[in-house]
Amino acid sequence: MPEPLIEFRNVSYAAGERRILENLNLQVLAGETVVLLGRSGSGKTTALRLVNGMLQAASGSVTVLGKSVPDWEPERLKRSIGYVIQEGGLLPHFTVARNVGLVPELEGWPKERIQARVDELLHLVGLPMEVYGSRMPRQLSGGQRQRVGVARALAADPPVLLFDEPFGALDPVTRAELQREFLRLRMDLGKTSLFVTHDVREALLLGTRIVLLEAGRLLFDGTAANFRASNLPALIAFQEGANDVF
Amino acid sequence: MMFSDILQDLLEEGLPLLGEHIFLVAVSVTVAAIIGIPLGLFIAASPRWRAIALGIANAGQTIPSLALFGFLIPLPWVGGIGARTAIEALVLYAFLPILRNTVTGVLNIDPGIRDSAVAMGMTRSQLVRLVELPLAARSIMGGLRIATVTSIGTATIAAAIGGGGLGVFVFRGIASVDKWTILAGALPAALLALAADALLGIVERRCAVE
Ligand SMILES: Nc1ncnc2c1ncn2[C@@H]1O[C@H](COP(=O)(O)OP(=O)(O)OP(=O)(O)O)[C@@H](O)[C@H]1O
Ligand SMILES: [Mg+2]
Repeated sequence: MPEPLIEFRNVSYAAGERRILENLNLQVLAGETVVLLGRSGSGKTTALRLVNGMLQAASGSVTVLGKSVPDWEPERLKRSIGYVIQEGGLLPHFTVARNVGLVPELEGWPKERIQARVDELLHLVGLPMEVYGSRMPRQLSGGQRQRVGVARALAADPPVLLFDEPFGALDPVTRAELQREFLRLRMDLGKTSLFVTHDVREALLLGTRIVLLEAGRLLFDGTAANFRASNLPALIAFQEGANDVF
Repeated sequence: MMFSDILQDLLEEGLPLLGEHIFLVAVSVTVAAIIGIPLGLFIAASPRWRAIALGIANAGQTIPSLALFGFLIPLPWVGGIGARTAIEALVLYAFLPILRNTVTGVLNIDPGIRDSAVAMGMTRSQLVRLVELPLAARSIMGGLRIATVTSIGTATIAAAIGGGGLGVFVFRGIASVDKWTILAGALPAALLALAADALLGIVERRCAVE
């Protein structure tokens, strides 16, 4: 059995009286894209923030790259994980290039190395440096901003990536395009990721494994094929409910 | 001939006084900024420290300026007659707008931006330097502008305690009931304030991010 890159063991998290995650057990193995599927408020973002140390589990343990989250130096942990934030989260006063090179800058890479890396990544996500590098985030479309967010997450070549509904706010055509590119990048880079979405179709398309979360509890954990074949009532309800939305 | 002689005298005495005036204001605002901006960045996150620091700064602001200059004179070490005591009083006044605008500038930053900066692995000091300071810059500049403009006015009172500056004309004019001498101090001070307001206003707008 290979060592998991991310592991939740009996993890619970509460904000005050409110229980947000309950007894979550989950593993992400090397090369997997585990999709965390759930409705708004089911605790998906909370789970990601437990992984990068923005939140600490109330009970149970979260282990990342073989080390328990509280044992990591907080900034080290965050820089070792690529995080594509819900709504983009680009710094509005930095150019596209500086946003992409942020983690290398924090890590103190030499200027030329950062420049070369930014150039390479912007090319990778289809936003050539010469055209987009010196733009400010507000001068980009929503889809372009998400591409920059992906490039930024990849910058320091982290072994694990977290995606928080990266394509959620996009029109269906742009979303489909970015989903295809996500699959291409995964083929090319072989990265391991934990990917959050509320869109069943996106989950089935991108996930090597799907984990369904409802009100902070894990309802299902299995392959896309298992997911489709499953006749768990909650699962069927989620699929129908989600399909109604689109 | 008489009139131009008077003008000549006025200029000969006035230019050094204008220089002193600018010196008083520049030193006071700089010192207030060196203390106020870092303190503002540091306390912005804590509601308690914010209330304490702004409360003290506010209280300092409510002391009438002539009284404050008077209070400072008899104090050991910090007091006495002269420019230094005047500068201390001016610093107290310049401090509040700078502190308040720094705190406001930091508090107005979209929490999502700070959150994503932390998520990228910024340390506290990187967050201040790379995110909070640049995004609060416009508000901070606004505080510096207000502090400078008010200090130019308040500095005329410095002459009452031997601080020099354009107030020398104003007080002499009051003593001799000569409106032209008063004006020789008041008019340049007003023009200086307007010029500083316009100039710093331009810098302030340059600091805007969006
Ligand atoms: N700091 C907090 N204090 C109180 N409640 C919180 C806090 N953070 C999150 N919650 C609550 O926890 C629940 C889960 O939040 P979370 O952001 O993880 O949901 P999500 O699955 O990411 O939802 P979405 O799809 O809308 O982003 C929500 O009901 C939310 O209101
Ligand atoms: Mg969320």
